[in-house]
Amino acid sequence: MRLSFVLAEMVQGLRRNLAMTVSVVLVTFVSLTFVGASILLQTQIDKLKDDWYDRVEVTAYLCPQDSPQPACAAGEATDEQVAALQAVVDDQLAGDVETVYLETKADAYEAFAERYPDGYQGVPLTEDDMQASLRLKLVDPEQDYAVVNDVLTGRPGVESVEDERAVFEPLFHALNRASILAAGLAGVMLLAAVLLITTTIRLSAHSRRRETRIMRLVGASTWFIQMPFLLEGAIAAVLGAGLAVGGLLLGVKYLVVDWLEQSVDWVAYVDAGDVLQIAPVLVGIAFLLAIVSSFLTLRRFTRV
Amino acid sequence: MIRFENVTKFYARTPRPALDDVSIEIGRGEFVFLVGASGSGKTSCISLVQREERPSAGKVFVAGRDLSSMSAWKVPEHRRKLGVVFQDFRLLPDKTVYENVAFALQVIGKKRHTIRLAVPEVLEMVGLAGKEKRRPHELSGGEQQRVAIARAYVNRPPILLADEPTGNLDPTTSLGIMRLLDQINLTGTTVVMATHDEEIVNQWRKRVIELDEGVVVRDQPEGIYDSSRPARGELTVSEA
Ligand SMILES: Nc1ncnc2c1ncn2[C@@H]1O[C@H](COP(=O)(O)OP(=O)(O)O)[C@@H](O)[C@H]1O
Ligand SMILES: [Mg+2]
Repeated sequence: MRLSFVLAEMVQGLRRNLAMTVSVVLVTFVSLTFVGASILLQTQIDKLKDDWYDRVEVTAYLCPQDSPQPACAAGEATDEQVAALQAVVDDQLAGDVETVYLETKADAYEAFAERYPDGYQGVPLTEDDMQASLRLKLVDPEQDYAVVNDVLTGRPGVESVEDERAVFEPLFHALNRASILAAGLAGVMLLAAVLLITTTIRLSAHSRRRETRIMRLVGASTWFIQMPFLLEGAIAAVLGAGLAVGGLLLGVKYLVVDWLEQSVDWVAYVDAGDVLQIAPVLVGIAFLLAIVSSFLTLRRFTRV
Repeated sequence: MIRFENVTKFYARTPRPALDDVSIEIGRGEFVFLVGASGSGKTSCISLVQREERPSAGKVFVAGRDLSSMSAWKVPEHRRKLGVVFQDFRLLPDKTVYENVAFALQVIGKKRHTIRLAVPEVLEMVGLAGKEKRRPHELSGGEQQRVAIARAYVNRPPILLADEPTGNLDPTTSLGIMRLLDQINLTGTTVVMATHDEEIVNQWRKRVIELDEGVVVRDQPEGIYDSSRPARGELTVSEA
C-alpha cells in the first residue's frame, strides 16, 4: 500500500513538472560527464605514468670518437673514466638510483639491428657508429631528480645527460590541466544542478501543497510526505548519471578506442572498464546531490 | 480529554494576545460549542490542540499528553487522534469523494482492505452512499462538508474539531451538518465546534465556551450564545 501509493504520487509529480524534470536530468548529465571526464583524465595520467616510468631511465651518453662537443675534446671515454663514473653514481647517488648499467657500443648495435634490420633509412651502420651510455634506473621516477643530472653533467667522459622523463612532463602537465579544467567545469555545473533540483522540488511542493496540507492534517509522517519529492529528485538525478555514464562510454569508444588507439598504439589507454568503474561514483554523486538539495528545500516547504 | 492551563498565545508582530490566560477543560465524550466574534481566538484554540501552533505561555494537554513537550516526530501520531473539519472543506479537487476519504487512510499507511471496508461505511454514515464517484465540484456545499467530515472521522478519532463547519452553508444545510456532528458525538467522540452561528448554539443547548478577544467570558453547560451581548467583563463566568 505505502510503496505503491508513494510511487504513484512520485510518478504524478514527475509528469506534472515534466519540463523541469527533463532539465534536471540534462544538467546532471552534463555536470557528471565533466566529473567523469576529469576522473578519466587522472586515470589516464596514472596509467601513462605506470606504463612509462617503469621504462624510462636517465641516460648519460659517453664520449664517442670524434665528438664535436667540447666536453669530449679528450676523445672517446676510457674504461677508467667509465669506472670512475660508476663509482660516483654508487657513491653520491646511492639513494636515488636503483640500478645502473653500462650499454656498450656492442649492446647498442644489437638493439639497433633488432629494430632496424635493414639499416637506418637504408644506410647500413656499424658498431662503431653506435654510442656507449650509462643507463640509470631511478628509485622513484615520479620525483624530481635534477641532482642526477647535476652530478653527471660535465664529468670526464660524459658527452651529455638525457632524462627521458623530460619528454613526458609536458604531456602530463597538459593532461593534468585538462583534468583540472574539467573538474572546475564540473563544479560549476554541479552547483547549477543543485539549484535546479532545489527549484524543481520547490515547484513540485507548491503544486502539491493541497495534498501536503491534508497529509499533515491527518497525521501522515514526515518521511511519507517528503518521500515522493525525494524520489522525484533522486530519480531525475540518477537518470542524469546514467546518461553521463553512457556518454562517457561513447566518448571512450569513439575518441580512444576508434581513434587514439588506431593512431598511437604503444600507449595504455583508459577503456570501457575504467568508465564502468567510476559509474557507481557518478550515480552516488547524483543521488547525494538530489538528497542534499531535497532536504534543504523540504525542510522549509513540508515542515510538520 | 482536552485541557488548557493558563494558555496565552501571541502571534509574531501582534501586540495583543490572540488568547489571554485561557484555562478550560473538556471531558471525554463532551460536545462543546466554542463561540465568539470573528477574531476572538476560536481558530487559535483549535490550532493549539492540533499542535499547528504552540502556546506562548501555559500548557495544552490532549488525552493526558502535554503538547508543549511533545517532540516533532510524535506530532503526526498525535494528529491521527484528531479529526478536523474546516469552513472551507479543504477537499482535493482532482479526487473523487471516495478518493478524498481514502486519501486520509492511505497517507497514514492503512492497509488496502481496511480502506475498502472503512470508506464505504463512513460515506454511508454521513449520507453520501451512491456519490462515491463524484468530484467535489459536482457536490453542494453541504455535501462537500459531509465528505470533509467523513474524511475526518474515517479513522475513528477520539476527538473531532470543527472550525465553523457551517460558516459557508445555509441554515437548513447547517442543521443537517449539526445533526451529523451530534450523531458522531453520540458514538463517544469528543466534539469541539467553533462557531458564531447563534441559532444553532441556542437550538442545541450544549456546553458553550465563549471567547472575547482571547479571554473566556462564558463557560456554561446547556449554554446560550448572544452575539449582541454587552461588552466583556459584564457577564459572569459560570463553571461547567
Ligand atoms: N497566523 C497568525 N498571525 C498573526 N495573527 C494571527 C494569526 N492567526 C490569528 N491571528 C490573530 O489572532 C486573533 C485571533 O484569531 P483567530 O484565532 O483566528 O480568531 P477566530 O477564529 O475566533 O476568528 C486575531 O486578532 C487574529 O488577527
Ligand atoms: Mg476562525
